[in-house]
Amino acid sequence: MNDAIPKIRLRGLCKSFGTKLVLDGIDLDIAPGTSMVVIGGSGSGKSVLLKCILGLIEPDTGTIEIDGVDLLHQDRRGRDETRSRIGMLFQNGALFDSLPVWENVAFGLLAQNRCTRAEAHAKASEVLAQVGLAPNVGDMSPSELSGGMQKRVGLARAIAAQPDILFFDEPTTGLDPIMGAVIDGLIVDCVKRLGSTAVAITHDMASARRIGDRAAMLFKGRIVWQGPATDLMHTGNPMVDQFTHGEREGPIQMELRK
Amino acid sequence: MNGLLDAMALIGRTLFGACLAAGRLVLFAISGISHVVRPPFYGRMFLRAFIEIGYFSLPVVALTAVFTGMVLALQSSTGLSRFSADSAVASLVVLSVTRELGPVLAGLMVAGRVGAAIAAEIGTMRVTDQIDALSTLSTNPMKYLVAPRLLAGLIALPLLVVVADILGVLGGFIIATVKLGFNSELYLANTLNFIQTDDVVSGLAKAAVFGVLITLMGCYQGYNSKGGAQGVGAATTSAVVAASVLILAFDYVLTELFFAR
Repeated sequence: MNDAIPKIRLRGLCKSFGTKLVLDGIDLDIAPGTSMVVIGGSGSGKSVLLKCILGLIEPDTGTIEIDGVDLLHQDRRGRDETRSRIGMLFQNGALFDSLPVWENVAFGLLAQNRCTRAEAHAKASEVLAQVGLAPNVGDMSPSELSGGMQKRVGLARAIAAQPDILFFDEPTTGLDPIMGAVIDGLIVDCVKRLGSTAVAITHDMASARRIGDRAAMLFKGRIVWQGPATDLMHTGNPMVDQFTHGEREGPIQMELRK
Repeated sequence: MNGLLDAMALIGRTLFGACLAAGRLVLFAISGISHVVRPPFYGRMFLRAFIEIGYFSLPVVALTAVFTGMVLALQSSTGLSRFSADSAVASLVVLSVTRELGPVLAGLMVAGRVGAAIAAEIGTMRVTDQIDALSTLSTNPMKYLVAPRLLAGLIALPLLVVVADILGVLGGFIIATVKLGFNSELYLANTLNFIQTDDVVSGLAKAAVFGVLITLMGCYQGYNSKGGAQGVGAATTSAVVAASVLILAFDYVLTELFFAR
């Protein structure tokens, strides 16, 4: 694959729900092997953006290209093939509570008929070890796990099929700072080991700096800034600086419902 | 004049909303049924649904059938004795149970038990992103969650109704022979002589349709639930109410189809 072609390229992406415009012409390039962190307040459109790229929501207009191929004009088989190369860690884990942990982790492998159940079990134990979980966790039910362990299992499920694109939706939400740092560390390790391209959405600034090579800020459905993640705390953009420093006063006004 | 226009607009909006909802349900049903016959097939999911719908509903369906048969024998004996037609009790019980009460009562019981459970499970999966997670793991949620349940409902309900028919007739037999003093051999002979294949087959055909309706409404309401725990609760209620009403409506339609002259 030509390195000049971004791994993910978004152009003019718009999405409305009723009269509410959630994404308003998003243009974004993500280079292969880099980690992009998208920050933004609640309701800024981060999750919708992620769901559009994943194909869970159909955008109204715009293009989404992965490796130069327009996802929105692919046939069903092509979309399925593209999807099989993407791993996703959901905000609350989204583990299947009717299945044991190992089957959650190996679900993608079994769904794609890549291995037998015995092989999938062994592979799940291996991946669980990579995220710091003991093999006996595999036989537990997701409801028996703590929030941090559920996130690790979610991460194990996302990386089990060795995807070349990884999405992370609020990976540290609901975790204490130490566990948040542990999860961030695991994410960085996994992304490096797989050589994947990663997109994370978060409003946790510490997490954003740890995970991201580059960062972009979404505000009212538009990208208002993008640059290296190391610059996040001093971008010179008043909106971004207000957000990253958590200041009440500034160009971003909290909308109160009357 | 404005009041009349408002009323017309309200009626229009309501009718439009009802048509929209019916259209969505029909499209959902077509999609679900089409996935039943197209691979890949999820045998484990089918087996799980089949056990949940069939095996675990057996006690409630069996109890309902036995007591219904008992009540039917008791009531029909009281009524028919006024016309000195006591001998018709056996035929009335077997006909009522196989044609109507077996499939309808089994359907309503399963709608309450299984329809609610399906809506709650799929609804919870919807509001906790598990259905989105399925999509990201190369799995079509309609194929994985809906199709196996529709197939399980289609097969399990008729089997439950076979059991309900036998136990319903048995309930009537027990009351007729033990309490009402009927001759047991004569009662059985009357039952077997009167019953026809069409009576049983029509009941089983109804049960198959009810099985699909119950699972379809559970899946549809759960799949489209939103808004957290409250949304899942509303979906559960809607699934049971809609399935129950549809069972009674389709019972009439199917009866017209099978028996109207």
